Amino acid sequence: MRHDHLLTAKQLSRADIEAVLARAGEFADDPAAHADRHPGALLALCFFEPSTRTKMSFETAAKRLGGDVIDMGAVEDSSVKKGESLADTARVVEGYADGIILRHPSQGAARMASEFVDVPLVNAGDGAGHHPSQTLLDLYTIDENAGLDDLTIGIMGDLKYGRTVHSLAHALTNFDVRQHFISPESLRLPRSVRYDLHEAGANVREHDDLAAVLPELDVLYVTRIQRERFPDEEEYEKVAGQYRIDAETLEAASDDLAVMHPLPRIDEIDPEIDDLPNATYFEQAHNGVPVRMALLDLLLGDGGDGE
Amino acid sequence: MTEKDTELRISKIRDGTVIDHVPAGEALHVLAILGIDGSGGEGVSLGMNVPSETMGHKDIVKVEGREMSQAELDVLSLIAPDATVNIVREYAVAEKTEIEPPEQVTGLLSCPNRHCITNAGEPVETRFDVLGEGVRCAYCETIVREEITDHLAV
Repeated sequence: MRHDHLLTAKQLSRADIEAVLARAGEFADDPAAHADRHPGALLALCFFEPSTRTKMSFETAAKRLGGDVIDMGAVEDSSVKKGESLADTARVVEGYADGIILRHPSQGAARMASEFVDVPLVNAGDGAGHHPSQTLLDLYTIDENAGLDDLTIGIMGDLKYGRTVHSLAHALTNFDVRQHFISPESLRLPRSVRYDLHEAGANVREHDDLAAVLPELDVLYVTRIQRERFPDEEEYEKVAGQYRIDAETLEAASDDLAVMHPLPRIDEIDPEIDDLPNATYFEQAHNGVPVRMALLDLLLGDGGDGE
Repeated sequence: MTEKDTELRISKIRDGTVIDHVPAGEALHVLAILGIDGSGGEGVSLGMNVPSETMGHKDIVKVEGREMSQAELDVLSLIAPDATVNIVREYAVAEKTEIEPPEQVTGLLSCPNRHCITNAGEPVETRFDVLGEGVRCAYCETIVREEITDHLAV
């Protein structure tokens, strides 16, 4: 992979993705056996928004590779509270660490910050923009469960503001994939993502009802519809209720359907699905560690044949 | 009224730049994009909504004492893609150029996405990639196709 930074999934070619997934596969076999890869490497975690999985799995990945992390901590406890710009924070942190993992509420934050630093920077979520490292672990999980070519995937929920959706949709254009987007009208894909999918010649269809496509899906990728996207509680309940799935919903699906979710879920996937073989979301979350190990290994370089 | 009559209604300039075939009503935006507000002392003449054989109505902008560079003029393609530019010396047209869309425009537009990092008080200039139709924020990727002049930062 020949990138200084990972800012959007659009940067990733098929070869890049395959390199990360192959490396992740090696690490997944025995994650504890690679502490000699990057001894002493220090990763800065700059999370301007809350995170559990992304932050902890990057921390685990860094430590599994023999490195360590320094954590900016919560925004309330940092200089950001005093009004420091992101550009300044990035330039300061660059002097402390070998790489920066950045999550920020503003779209384009990672791209802007990357223009101020020379160490590799990973976009760990920029508002309603992108979340490319999540995409890599999503692709790894899809590859393990259904394969990445000749795939039919349904992506459902908040497609407008869902950054994991935007990055995943971009990345899937590298493969032979039929993408079905299922959402209420008000939460359909934003114009910028549609534009890129069109430019990439992607095979894309949009629906407002899951039932129309469920039987043909190999993967159903569910995302959370957030309460704050709706003007009032009643409207939210009405819309969100149409995009929840339970065991009864899955009766119309293929037995091999893999149900994925970037988590956290609220109630869009009924817990009764958790014990079915279709439930793939916890495996997906666990894959965050080997995949982020692979990503860091390739971005940090020097540790072997990574570059 | 002929085009010649129109020319006469707007004073001829000795040296400078004449931007013709601007869509009717866009002349003030042209000046805004070029950063001309009169404070530089240059003489400026405008013809707005004047009859045009090819366009129905059009605007004309004449700027005296200043020859604008191709790069300065190319940004006009965002609002006046069919504009023609004449560089005038000693009352005669010395050069005729057509404008070409630039690949990017920097610092000219503000991003309409209020969640874009360029609207968060950071020390960066806006940067937009020019698409076949519209422009796209290089940071948040928002595409702007309609009413681009509403987003002029100048």
